[in-house]
Amino acid sequence: MATTAMVEEKVVYQRPESLESIPTHYCPGCTHGVAHRLVAEVLDELGVRERTIGVSPVGCSVFAYKYFNTDGAEAAHGRAPAMATGIKRIMPDRVVFTYQGDGDLAAIGIAEIVHAATRGENFTTIFINNAIYGMTGGQMAPTTLPGQRTTSSPVGRDVELTGFPIRMAELLSGAPGAAYVVRRSLHNVKEINRAKRAIKTAFEVQLAGLGFSMVELLSACPTGWKVTPPEAMDWIEQQMVPYYPLGDYKIADGVEQLAKRR
Amino acid sequence: MAVELMKGNVALAEAAIRAGVEAYFGYPITPQTELLEHMAKRMPELGRAFVQAESEVAAINMVYGAACTGARAMTSSSSPGISLMQEGFSYIAGSEVPCVVVDIMRGGPGLGNIQPSQSDYFQVTRSAGHGDYHAIVLAPASVQEAIDLMVEAFDLADEYRHLVFVVADGLIGQMMEPAELPAMKPIRRPRGDWALTGADGREKNIITSLELNAPDLEELNNRLQAKLAHIREHEQRSTEMLTGDARLIVVGYGTSGRIAETAVKQARREGMKVGLFRPISLWPFPEKRLSALADQVGAFLVVEMNAGQMLDDVRLAAGGQVPVTFYGRTGGMVPMPEEIYDEIVTQYNKLTTSAV
Repeated sequence: MATTAMVEEKVVYQRPESLESIPTHYCPGCTHGVAHRLVAEVLDELGVRERTIGVSPVGCSVFAYKYFNTDGAEAAHGRAPAMATGIKRIMPDRVVFTYQGDGDLAAIGIAEIVHAATRGENFTTIFINNAIYGMTGGQMAPTTLPGQRTTSSPVGRDVELTGFPIRMAELLSGAPGAAYVVRRSLHNVKEINRAKRAIKTAFEVQLAGLGFSMVELLSACPTGWKVTPPEAMDWIEQQMVPYYPLGDYKIADGVEQLAKRR
Repeated sequence: MAVELMKGNVALAEAAIRAGVEAYFGYPITPQTELLEHMAKRMPELGRAFVQAESEVAAINMVYGAACTGARAMTSSSSPGISLMQEGFSYIAGSEVPCVVVDIMRGGPGLGNIQPSQSDYFQVTRSAGHGDYHAIVLAPASVQEAIDLMVEAFDLADEYRHLVFVVADGLIGQMMEPAELPAMKPIRRPRGDWALTGADGREKNIITSLELNAPDLEELNNRLQAKLAHIREHEQRSTEMLTGDARLIVVGYGTSGRIAETAVKQARREGMKVGLFRPISLWPFPEKRLSALADQVGAFLVVEMNAGQMLDDVRLAAGGQVPVTFYGRTGGMVPMPEEIYDEIVTQYNKLTTSAV
């Protein structure tokens, strides 16, 4: 009879506990899955899953509450920051985050996000900027680039008629209550790693009670952009990054000490 | 507790505080702003949540968030602001979380004016937002009743995990009357097992009104409708005066019901057999009692500060058994008791003539 040698296996990769083990509805090449995983890894690493409440938006990530293994609510379109305000004001010791797309946050919900940031509401917003309305089939978003073709800008976004795309990280960096506002990207491994560090800092800012924190993530929508997933990654780097520069837009007093402590 | 002179809006706010409201979110709008102002002072004093929101849209969604944690949460507004809140009402009803909303109605449509009106009866009693549901709607006719119904509204909201309105108008909101507040209730703890508190030692909780699968959404609707059917059966509220031998019954709620009371008493002094029926719950409408009264009365006269909205409910309850007529003023005009009295005389004379 053969003996089985017990080989000690080292886990190098596994599903975070904060992420459910279910299929998502996201398209191939969409970076929502990457963003979800980064948030879930951060919640695990900070040990806060059991006291976290997530607020999902209307848009492609409408079912985010199904994918995160935390308590969750589904907000009306654009209203996640208002809902998060209500939750956090009642339960200041819980970790509260909104997960919002660009139509949700930068169009219909711009009042809610601006005023939540202005009040310094102590929650974290993960802002997915993919320059398009994905869920409804690829219409022009407030973040759609000049000349970009969408189903509602079929010959390309004409800035004479529609204005220029809105830069939310820059805009919210002016809010007095915002403690941490940065833009990162998900188009390659290096940027994904940088994005994760920013997400972690954003949640740490909340845990330290420093005020509003937001990480804007440049994201891919190959279906809406009508390109292949690899082309979508290139498109982020070549088209989006020049208009939406990556960087730190608001680092309030006390944030750098948090990063050093880590 | 002692009887004291109180403004209606302030009484509503303080009654909510005594009922244990943990969070108030609102936006200034006449003629309810004193309610928000009272909350701005009192809630922080008590260590409770107060936020002056950037809009009524944001205010109701803050209420939605706070209500998701199982806390007693509320907002208040007036007609145009209530229109903006309709989105939130629908989500709250669809996801079955409890909350209380005060609507101090004003003249409409549009920006209208700030005078007393009952022009939004349809808006609050039909569904209050998109979708297929009714909110519970309570209508006080005095400052004391406003206090009592405010406390009851929170109990009903919690019992049914549903949206409850307390509706009045600028007359009740702005008027000072002697009234007595209840004792301070303790803040309720712990939260319901459905509430969002963090998935510590339990499965995660989800609060949503989204269900893409049609059979599942129908099942959800069936459950909601079963709850509403139960409410309709058990929560009808009304009061009446001199209806026992009445041949004509005046039907009015809130301010118009109270003015009609004066007119009915005058008619009695003149020997007319006239009574008053005052719905207190506008939804569920007190159809059972009104239906029973239709068996014994010659006619109903509906009095409202609008062009005839509750009128539809009275007609449904009367079921075509007796004539239902209407007297109303609009645009923020408040009827004088004499106007209603004159209408009573007209309608009463028709009854006696037709009896001959």
